[in-house]
Amino acid sequence: MHSEHERLNDYRGELRKNLLISVLASILFSVLIIAFGGWANNIKYPILSTLIFFPIVGSILILFIKRQNEELIKIATLIISIVEFILSIPLYFSFDKTITKMQFTEEYLWIPRWGIKYALGVDGISVLFILLSSLLTILCVLVSWKEINKKIKEFYISLLLTHSAMIGVFMSLDIFLFYIFWEAMLIPMYLIVGVWGGPNRIYAAIKFFLYTFIGSLLMLIGIIVLYIYTGTSDILKLAEFSYPYKMQLWLFWAFLAAFAVKVPMWPVHTWLPDAHTEAPTAGSVILAGILIKMGAYGLLRFNLPMFPEATVAMKPLMLILSVIAIIYGALICLVQTDLKRLIAYSSVSHMGFVTLGIFALNHQGIQGGILQMINHGIVTGALFLCVGMVYQRTHTREIAKYGGLATVMPIYAALFMLFTLASIGLPGTNGFVGEFLILLGAFKSWKLMSILGATALVIGAAYMLWLYQKVFFENTGNYITEHITGYGDLNSREIVTLLPLVFAVLWIGFYPLPILSFMDLSVKELLNHFNSVIGAMR
Amino acid sequence: MEKVYLLIPIFPLIGFIINIIFGRFSKIKTINTIAVSSIFISFILSIFSVYEVFMGKTIEYNFYTWILSDDLKVSFGYLIDQLTAVMLIVVTTVSLLVHIYSIGYMHGDPGYARYFAYLNLFVFSMLMLIMGNNLLQLYFGWEAVGLCSYFLIGFWYKKKSASDAGKKAFIVNRIGDFGFALGIFLLFISVQTLNYFELFPKLLGLQGQTVNIIGLNIDLITLIAILLFCGAVGKSAQLPLHVWLPDAMEGPTPVSALIHAATMVTAGIFMVARLNPLFGLSETALAIVAFTGAITSFMAATIGLVQRDIKRIIAYSTISQLGYMFLACGLAAYGAGIFHLYTHAFFKALLFLCAGSVMHAMAGELDIYKMGGLRKYMPITYITFLIAAFAISGVPGLSGFFSKDEILWFAYSSPKGYGKILWLLGTITATLTAFYTFRILFVAFHGKFKGDTEVLHHLHESPKVMTYPLIILALLSLFAGYFSVSHFITPVVGEGVSALPHEEEKIVMAISIFAALLGIFLAFYMYVLKPQLTESLYMRFQKVYKILWNKYYFDELYNYLFVKPTLWISRIIVEKISDRKIIEGVVNGIPKLCYFAGGKVRNLQTGYLQHYAILMIIGVCIILFIILST
Repeated sequence: MHSEHERLNDYRGELRKNLLISVLASILFSVLIIAFGGWANNIKYPILSTLIFFPIVGSILILFIKRQNEELIKIATLIISIVEFILSIPLYFSFDKTITKMQFTEEYLWIPRWGIKYALGVDGISVLFILLSSLLTILCVLVSWKEINKKIKEFYISLLLTHSAMIGVFMSLDIFLFYIFWEAMLIPMYLIVGVWGGPNRIYAAIKFFLYTFIGSLLMLIGIIVLYIYTGTSDILKLAEFSYPYKMQLWLFWAFLAAFAVKVPMWPVHTWLPDAHTEAPTAGSVILAGILIKMGAYGLLRFNLPMFPEATVAMKPLMLILSVIAIIYGALICLVQTDLKRLIAYSSVSHMGFVTLGIFALNHQGIQGGILQMINHGIVTGALFLCVGMVYQRTHTREIAKYGGLATVMPIYAALFMLFTLASIGLPGTNGFVGEFLILLGAFKSWKLMSILGATALVIGAAYMLWLYQKVFFENTGNYITEHITGYGDLNSREIVTLLPLVFAVLWIGFYPLPILSFMDLSVKELLNHFNSVIGAMR
Repeated sequence: MEKVYLLIPIFPLIGFIINIIFGRFSKIKTINTIAVSSIFISFILSIFSVYEVFMGKTIEYNFYTWILSDDLKVSFGYLIDQLTAVMLIVVTTVSLLVHIYSIGYMHGDPGYARYFAYLNLFVFSMLMLIMGNNLLQLYFGWEAVGLCSYFLIGFWYKKKSASDAGKKAFIVNRIGDFGFALGIFLLFISVQTLNYFELFPKLLGLQGQTVNIIGLNIDLITLIAILLFCGAVGKSAQLPLHVWLPDAMEGPTPVSALIHAATMVTAGIFMVARLNPLFGLSETALAIVAFTGAITSFMAATIGLVQRDIKRIIAYSTISQLGYMFLACGLAAYGAGIFHLYTHAFFKALLFLCAGSVMHAMAGELDIYKMGGLRKYMPITYITFLIAAFAISGVPGLSGFFSKDEILWFAYSSPKGYGKILWLLGTITATLTAFYTFRILFVAFHGKFKGDTEVLHHLHESPKVMTYPLIILALLSLFAGYFSVSHFITPVVGEGVSALPHEEEKIVMAISIFAALLGIFLAFYMYVLKPQLTESLYMRFQKVYKILWNKYYFDELYNYLFVKPTLWISRIIVEKISDRKIIEGVVNGIPKLCYFAGGKVRNLQTGYLQHYAILMIIGVCIILFIILST
């Protein structure tokens, strides 16, 4: 027993040392890069390409590390992800909030024969997702530290590649480039679920792949139609054309097919609970945090600006689908018996709020929708991290086996409480600001839908508090006592993993202004464009 | 100088943060010093602010912009006028005393730090609620007090009943907040602001506007007021959302004192009084408020008559007294409502803390029929309880008398036709109130001790840290009524209207004094003079008793009407049928169909040359046919 304890202490000491080295090294490294490239208002290097390719280059380097050298692989990945995050910070500080143009743009002719370009650029909406993705990737590395025990090298490479592809989606200004990133991201994600997932991982991974792939194929057809019709593949230019109404409708549905699956909107949501439940923690976090946001982002980037008339025509249907997702997801949560599945279904409900806001088609709705996407990334990401941490100790996700965790893991209980509250949208947490804006926007747009959506305030509180009660309160079950005692409360690595998210929850809850003002102009521009097209039609 | 009042809510927040993070490593002494002193500083600052308000100042200050989106602009800020000043006094005084009392009451509890942290957070939330200068900040505090009640009611989370009660409090409150949120939306899209001072002048412009709901045209202002009132019904435990409050006694007793007196249930009354320019514009909404109050008041009092659990009786009395306050607000006599809120806070906190003191002595016993004769063992608790009982019954000279009398007078003299009905209900309730309060007194404190001898040996008066708050609250219950709150807050809420000459007030007063004394006498007669009478009454009215004992079956009704059907729909319709069968059926069906079709088509490939030849010939024929026929 004694030696066991010593060994654990040794291990912890080593862990701390490693983490410290990684953090210091990465800060040093990124300072060098940024100093080389210029800081603040004069970024002299192609920052967006750097962000995309840095993890790719990094993962190539990892390829050369010996498979047995597991610690080094982890440290290298951690360094790469932290550097990536620090590199993305200038995006926030040098971004000019006063202009509506795309910023940090890069453009190279890629396939000259068809005029297809490698064009990147960001606006106030996409920057937020890039930052969130970089942050969550670090946390994913940290949480996988002990959870992933096989094919470690491949896992971390997949993680980095997923990140690259995802941020590529948010940066692309060329529709073909967009499609390539969109599909590229599927491959590492498919591997993460299918290789490192739970017992039923193969089914979940194939389901996830087929679902999204079928949606994407329809979008590809839409993209080709657009390209043939206009002769350009530039996303911004495509939005300036006006398309015949019939064509808009078809294209609207073609693109919606891809985006709705990703969001996921009701009724194409059933891949999500399976994928979430089977994926390793890091996979769930990425899925919930970033991947499903790409769907809603796509709606904002394609459906709304390119097919405004179709959007207006489809608005009632979309709002109804959103409200169904909100209530349906919440009701299903009430009767779940599996921790991860419950949180997965709550994602369906929360993403219903996002689409409700977007299709409210007014400023508050869209702004709230975007904020809610970020909030959902933070909160649901955090909840999945929390579940992953306790799963490592107990090896069960069955809610009935839990109970009384508040006594044995008080710090964990406190943090989980905070995320629970954010999830049910308590004022003072980020969830409130997003949901309030969405419901207000929806109320302006179609009162009944907002009223129905607001019922989730009650049902949401019911299922989350029920979950919390079952897991943390009442008496500690035998099962839990046996499994937790060896580990105890969260260790410092785990606390460090959750702290940034705690900070984000409270920050956005009490002072959301920096984020709201960040996307303000982009949303305004989107709506101006939208309204002018609709106005001209009438 | 104005900025300094920002510290009033900030200090309890700091106390919360320190104790929740470092409390686990701190000594008991450090924990309670931090908690109590943070409230004490708020208390002192509140006194300063009240002094400034007395000098005729109204303090408004915007701290920073919280949410900004298009036409929505909401700040964190504060507004201290007469109404807020009264609330500040109530909240900080009562919570300070409760904090001090808790030092003794919670001594030795393993969750000591957590308890004081939550207590501080509770005060912070309530201060945010009353000090806010806009509706959204009120909503912030509104939800936050709901959260704190959840924490504190479920404080002993290992007990299932406690964690259930906490959850119930939160969810029932959320149901009210659902209406409240919709009210805010509707108000916002009508006037484009949520700041009180910007909002009130615009309300006049809304008069006469209607909203169409399923074909019915409803007056806009009435609808907004009713939706907002939904929130108040939840928070202030009025019918039909009162079910959470009696269960809330699962928490530590000082918490009940805090919830019932200062930091939570009064929020609904405050909100209605704060939005008086809105409610004042809608007769219908006011009538709903008044009748909800009056009916709740009466029904809760009847339930209180038969309960045996000391805290439960007091809890129903709170619901009943809150009903009085709404009754007053519904008659546009907001001053009287707030006056009663103010006096009620002191004697209700006192009643609960006395009950806590009794429980402390009796090892947590709650059944009044297992007590008896306590006055000999706990003289201070007895005397202070007696004062509180006199005050709540409305015995002349004590604080409760002034405010209750004012409410009944406004009901009696109201120009509205239904005023007299409300007055009658109120007066009957006054008798009931006196009866059930003195029932506790006579059963628990008089007569012979009826509990175990084991408990009897341990009976003792509570330590000084607990009795001093009792004494201070007793003094406040005695004398607080001489400060006429309704007069003081007239600039904010206006004067109550009475259609009758002031001379008639004496008659009303006489009747209400008589009502109170009647209640006390009845209790004395039934529980001291003729104790056997209770038994025969019980035998005769068994059915009524059963209904009252089961609290009109509200919990059971809700369970069968809402909880069970929702779970059934979720489990059977949504999950099993829709999700698993229909949607998953289609999703898994398509691959299965492909597999099935593939299997069938595979049968064509038999490997026999003859089969292929025939198929080829058939194919050629079909092609020829198509070509030739065109």
